Amino acid sequence: MRALPVQLSAVSIAVAFALAACGQKEEPKPAQAPAASTATAPKPEVVVKLGHVAPMTGPQAHLGKDNENGAILAVEDLNAKGLEIGGAKVKFELLNEDDQADPKQGTIVAQKLADAKVNGVIGHLNSGTTIPASKIYFDAGIPQISGSATNPKYTQQSFNTAFRVMANDEQQGKVLGQFAAKQGAKTVAIIDDRTAYGQGLADEFRKAAEANGLKVVDTEYTNDKATDFKAILTKIKSMKPDLVFYGGMDAQGGPLVKQMKELGIKAKFLGGDGVCTPEFMKLGGDAAEGQFCSLPGKPLEKLAKGPQFREKFTKRFNADIQLYAPYVYDAVMVMADSMQRANSVEPAKFLPQVGKARYDGVTATIEFDPKGDLKDGAISLYQYKGGKLDYVETLGGAPEATAAPAPGPASAPAAAAPVQAPGKQ
Amino acid sequence: METFLQQIINGLVQGSIYALVALGYTMVYGIMGLINFAHGEVVMIGTLVAITVIGGLMAAGVPAVVAGGTGVLAAVVVCMAIGWWLERVAYRPLRHAPRLTPLITAIGMSIVLQNVAMIVWGRNYRTFPSLIRSESFEVAGASFTTVQVMIVSVSTLMMAGLLLLIYRTKLGMAMRATAQNPQVASLMGVNIDRVIAAAFVVGSALGAVAGVMVGSYYEIAHYQMGSMLGLKAFTAAVLGGIGNIAGAVAGGVLLGIIEALGAGYIGDLTHGFLGSHYQDIFAFIVLIGVLMFRPSGLFGEKTGDRA
Repeated sequence: MRALPVQLSAVSIAVAFALAACGQKEEPKPAQAPAASTATAPKPEVVVKLGHVAPMTGPQAHLGKDNENGAILAVEDLNAKGLEIGGAKVKFELLNEDDQADPKQGTIVAQKLADAKVNGVIGHLNSGTTIPASKIYFDAGIPQISGSATNPKYTQQSFNTAFRVMANDEQQGKVLGQFAAKQGAKTVAIIDDRTAYGQGLADEFRKAAEANGLKVVDTEYTNDKATDFKAILTKIKSMKPDLVFYGGMDAQGGPLVKQMKELGIKAKFLGGDGVCTPEFMKLGGDAAEGQFCSLPGKPLEKLAKGPQFREKFTKRFNADIQLYAPYVYDAVMVMADSMQRANSVEPAKFLPQVGKARYDGVTATIEFDPKGDLKDGAISLYQYKGGKLDYVETLGGAPEATAAPAPGPASAPAAAAPVQAPGKQ
Repeated sequence: METFLQQIINGLVQGSIYALVALGYTMVYGIMGLINFAHGEVVMIGTLVAITVIGGLMAAGVPAVVAGGTGVLAAVVVCMAIGWWLERVAYRPLRHAPRLTPLITAIGMSIVLQNVAMIVWGRNYRTFPSLIRSESFEVAGASFTTVQVMIVSVSTLMMAGLLLLIYRTKLGMAMRATAQNPQVASLMGVNIDRVIAAAFVVGSALGAVAGVMVGSYYEIAHYQMGSMLGLKAFTAAVLGGIGNIAGAVAGGVLLGIIEALGAGYIGDLTHGFLGSHYQDIFAFIVLIGVLMFRPSGLFGEKTGDRA
């Protein structure tokens, strides 16, 4: 009894491949199929649809726009190169969707992209939307690379379609905990915004802080739409911590740090990548001065291709990079690179190649571990100084990725993870 | 004790903001029995207009006091215009429609205003230029700022002004007459259309002032800030007895204090079982409680259904 569905699905996969292969090599007219028309005189153009998802409305819209710009830039660069994959000229097309940073909306747009049969998905921005959406992409067999979802759970679901090009919160929380101890803090209070990202980061920070001998004196919660934090900050003030850690995004972090100052809280403020933005300093004003935050990866200035990327970005969009744009850019590039190596734009064919990526990107040399996490993700710490993010130090990660050996068969594939082939029920 | 006092101050300030917004709800409801759900959005537009005007003037080197005054004035004028327009376009044609119809229109208008604001001001958070240097004072270990003092006093003044308007002027008399019985009032020579339009305009002007207060307190504004604020203020108005002016203020302040104390102490009271992320539910627990046990609110008198 059990064999039958397996056979059936195997057949259907085979059929799907065959159909897909046809569609890829030929004009979309099915009538022309029979002839052995493998890319002859006028090169047919294949459109590769890449879904991109981020919140384009709501409090995080500025970050969503930044991500989208990163993706647009990558697609424009790719199209300018005029790549050929599988003997056909390839044109990349971006399908932008707005998930409003809302998990429910995230799954709706994911289904929409799956139904539109996109070749790959870049995103989503938030962990809270990325995690539920990843199931839909996995079921549809669509490779997904997020440039910013840092919650560890995303890659712990054994989905061979889920990748990220940024260090996860396990790594980030660990570094932040170490850093808090290095700053001489003995007691900390933790605030998290109860999103998958904020909660995940706060939990990892708590573990690391306690491992480094710090005492967590208070834990408070807020949400990702709040503007008033006085009530929880008053509570924190009464506990007199040396340091306040915030797991959440800049739109709340800015007002939060400001209200800390108004209440006369002397504790230092520390946050993760969500608050490491120009927007945070704008919203936090004076109160942001001298506080610390961390970002996965190394600062753009310290990367070979960083300054060049920044210049190109600002010239194209007349806006400064907010946060994740370089990571999203790399995510698109890794996707395209995998297609080239597989010589196919079909998800089922190039998916194994994504896991084997070894791409020299803007943000790092991108290689994935078997789970789909970025290998050797470094974390850098910054201090807000005079309206700028001042680089402090980089903790964790490999010393320099450039001298690493070529990827052997053992080091690679996420496809080897114990998961079922996509497409199976 | 210091912490308790500080929480009371937090709640008082937050509550005064709710009260200012609640006045706008109560004003319209008291006269025509309509809940103007777009009021929160009027407040939001007031904030954003003030930001644009004040920011622009300050950048041009105009002194802060002048810029601030002009900003408030501009916000009030724009919001009055929106209030008038809302009434004219969305509510007047439906005055004799079933009660549910204008309610749904109100929600529709709130979505329209939100999207218009998104198109005009963009999706990013806007920072409010700091007009007054906010200085902190400490009394018995609790700190408060000049902006907070200003908010509480402005709310009180506004309420007093509104009471004067309603009980001491001819327009106020016409409003009260319309509230009691529109048909009879119109037979007595009251121009109902004009009175109702005036209620919307006055309510929106209050909303504009509330918007400027909210903006200068948190120093940020956003096209979506109106919806939650509107809901909380609506709760405050219901708590105090919707349609009752003193009730709106009392309800607002009370709600603010309930929220602050709730968020501050819920963790301790439940031994960490419930955390401070339940801050927002207090408002709605209060709303449900009032609707179940005292639907006319704290200050509201029982009224029969209007014909």
